[in-house]
Amino acid sequence: MILTSGLTLFGIGLLAAAILGIASKLLFVKEDPRIALIEDNLPGANCGGCGFPGCSGAAAAIVAGKAPASICIVADGEAIATIAALMGQEVIEREPELAVRDCTGGLRAADLFHYEGALDCRAAHLLYGGSKSCPEGCLGLGSCVRACPFDAIHMGPEGLPVIDPTQCKACGNCVDACPRGVIGVSGMSARLLHLNQTTDCLAPCRQKCPAQINIPRYIEQIKAGDYDGAVMTIKERNPLLVTCGRVCPRPCETVCRRQYVDETVGINMLKRFVADRELRSGVHLPVPCAKDTGKCVAVIGGGPAGLSCAYFLRRLGHSPTIFDAMPALGGQTRYGIPEYRLPKADLDWEIQGILDLGVEAKLNTKFGRDFTLESLKADGFDAVFIGIGAWQASGMYAEGEDLDGVMGGIEFLTAHALGQKPETGNKVIVVGGGNTAIDAARTCVRLGAEVTLMYRRTRNEMPADVEEIVGAEDEGVQFKFLAAPARVIGDENGRATHLEYYEMELGEPDESGRRRPVKKEGSEQRMEATLIIPAIGQKPDLACLYDDSEEGTCPLETTKWQTIVADPDTFETAIPGVFTAGDVYTGPDLVISAIGDGRKAARSIHYHLTEAAIPIPETTQKTMIPYTLFKEIDSVERKKRAVLPHLCHGDERNCTFNEVEGPLDEQQALAEADRCLRCGLVCYDRDEPFLAEERETSPDS
Amino acid sequence: MQEYFLLFIGAMFVNNIVLAQYLGNCPFIGTSKDTGVAIGMGGAVVFVAVMAAAITWLVQEYVLAPFGLDFLQTLAFILVIAALVQFVEMFLKKVIPPLYKSLGIFLPLITTNCAVMGIALICQREEFGFVKTVLFSFASGLGFMLALVLLAGIREKLAVRRLPIAMRGTPIGLIMAGLMSLAFFAFKGMI
Repeated sequence: MILTSGLTLFGIGLLAAAILGIASKLLFVKEDPRIALIEDNLPGANCGGCGFPGCSGAAAAIVAGKAPASICIVADGEAIATIAALMGQEVIEREPELAVRDCTGGLRAADLFHYEGALDCRAAHLLYGGSKSCPEGCLGLGSCVRACPFDAIHMGPEGLPVIDPTQCKACGNCVDACPRGVIGVSGMSARLLHLNQTTDCLAPCRQKCPAQINIPRYIEQIKAGDYDGAVMTIKERNPLLVTCGRVCPRPCETVCRRQYVDETVGINMLKRFVADRELRSGVHLPVPCAKDTGKCVAVIGGGPAGLSCAYFLRRLGHSPTIFDAMPALGGQTRYGIPEYRLPKADLDWEIQGILDLGVEAKLNTKFGRDFTLESLKADGFDAVFIGIGAWQASGMYAEGEDLDGVMGGIEFLTAHALGQKPETGNKVIVVGGGNTAIDAARTCVRLGAEVTLMYRRTRNEMPADVEEIVGAEDEGVQFKFLAAPARVIGDENGRATHLEYYEMELGEPDESGRRRPVKKEGSEQRMEATLIIPAIGQKPDLACLYDDSEEGTCPLETTKWQTIVADPDTFETAIPGVFTAGDVYTGPDLVISAIGDGRKAARSIHYHLTEAAIPIPETTQKTMIPYTLFKEIDSVERKKRAVLPHLCHGDERNCTFNEVEGPLDEQQALAEADRCLRCGLVCYDRDEPFLAEERETSPDS
Repeated sequence: MQEYFLLFIGAMFVNNIVLAQYLGNCPFIGTSKDTGVAIGMGGAVVFVAVMAAAITWLVQEYVLAPFGLDFLQTLAFILVIAALVQFVEMFLKKVIPPLYKSLGIFLPLITTNCAVMGIALICQREEFGFVKTVLFSFASGLGFMLALVLLAGIREKLAVRRLPIAMRGTPIGLIMAGLMSLAFFAFKGMI
């Protein structure tokens, strides 16, 4: 029996072994031994941050060539070097990434979201859509905290996740766990390339800013005393913060919710405060740039659009060269804005910071004369950006405007900035109501002339900044409203001596919404003038685009306003690889608009050079999101808005070109930052004492 | 026909291999965190259980019984099932690599899965014929899969709930399995 038993079991075993032996031959799967070696060198976190199922999946992907040796976000440099050596690869440095929270939240997360039973954000989101009023706000239930395998997130006292940058490995588990997109993982390049999305937490100011600066964040950083952090937040969208801190007309402030409590937050004052802090330190904060890509881009025009485009291209790892026709960079920030508003030394310092990143500049080099699109291509440039601005003054369409003694506003300001000392005489008439007109008028005052600013509508309709108008009034500029030039009268030498003008009255509103001025027949009068400066408008000078040999033919499509035609999303012109932005594309616009469009063009150029297709997400925010523009602001204490101190007074102000306004001091800046309501899409931070008072007086309590 | 139907229903619900017979608890708790993995594991168990029961029935019928070696049943069955699972592992690795990867460590667990062994032994104890053996093992495998997928569904919901730390993971899984077991007792009077 023992023998039978033994033989039976042995037989069964032998048969099984034989079958398995045959199967192992037939079903043999050849596995690269490097997979096991690589897996041994991976940290075994299985966090999913690489996008593969576990470390074994990542190891298999590396061996299959589907992932680089540096795919693991947790592995240290040594492990990556070992894996790269196993694969015979060069170690490619990965741009550091970090999780960031994009929700200002405040106390409302805890106040608003009390879901019955659901204690997880995903459950709350599934059950209730996760929202009582804000579609993007944090639900405050801490799913991201529990999802983090590295203990890098905790819920802060305000019911918002707080990320510890020293612990974060950017694995993305928190991003997956958050049903509202409040947390994102990104590196520097991704942040620079990001366009505002309607799914972002966009306070009204952030929506309105043409450069898409994260205004709530930098104000929060100022409030926390992190001034360098605020500078770096601004520099992710705007390299000319010293300039904008002085001359920006602040579209962001026009939508600031604080205006419905008392006055708007002095957003630009705060920008200037941190920008001037860096300026006064004399040392540029180090700005990180991505690894060199070896791609060269020609940037034609060294104004705000060109400088912005070059700056962002450099930060994305490309090598831009700026070509400018003028002897110094800055475009109309240098030649169109007088010294008393923007000192040239400060502008030089700011531009030097951009050049120090590795941006090359070729000055006194005019497009169309010294080089062409073809010559740039022959010189090895992979893409071209055209940002040549709008340097041609529009005429008055009045008889005699070509006489001596009539000089366009931008021409006058440029001549003055170049030190050409244009002759003003003692009676100057400036025609126009915009900032250029005011700049020309205030410059003439400083040159010792009596200045009259003639505008065809009333003061209320003037497009210039109110502060500029007030400044001009303070400095003695006379205003002649409801008057329009009829003709320029000259003497026998062909020099203008008088300006004949009509008196006007306001009629029905025109397409701009302003009441249309109508001339009073027979109201002609004359005014004596030694210099007449029409500052009616500007347009691009496209002569540089024309080929001399084929007069009238332009390689780029243009509009009747003499602007270049380009794709409104990508800024690419009809010629592939040629991009444009700034005044030459939009017509005369704000400095901050040129800076913002310069970045967007740089983004397009980056994608054009690296991926050929330029992605434009469908959810890109283009206009103000209507439901964010409410006017009912409760429970906020009224606080007075800061006022910029004046640096010059009396004669000193009118006789010199010294800067007129100075920055806030630290105490004023902190107080102003404290006025910010920390708005999100629909939320804002109320004042706690006010809330407490309300609770005490509530009939339910 | 009714006999086979009752056998099927009885194996799947009334005498569920996990929730009534309490066999195969290790992979039941181990692979019930994710519904996808649970379906894969359940499918593998159904396949292995049917194959194992069929082959062990043949071994019993044509090798052990004729030589009066019934006492070797357990040893022989272990040998056969272990070899079978090895074969399945090789097969999956070659033919369905994603399922092989998702099963991971739990595939070898089937080797020592007492549910598979238990199904084969129950078929012998009940003296089923070959067809009934195949039907019973298939239904038992489906019963295992049903219990596994149900528990996985519950545990997926539990994963997004706030629980005391001590209760998270296996403890709450076991409690849920116990509650499911009580619920399955409701089928007791059916047959």
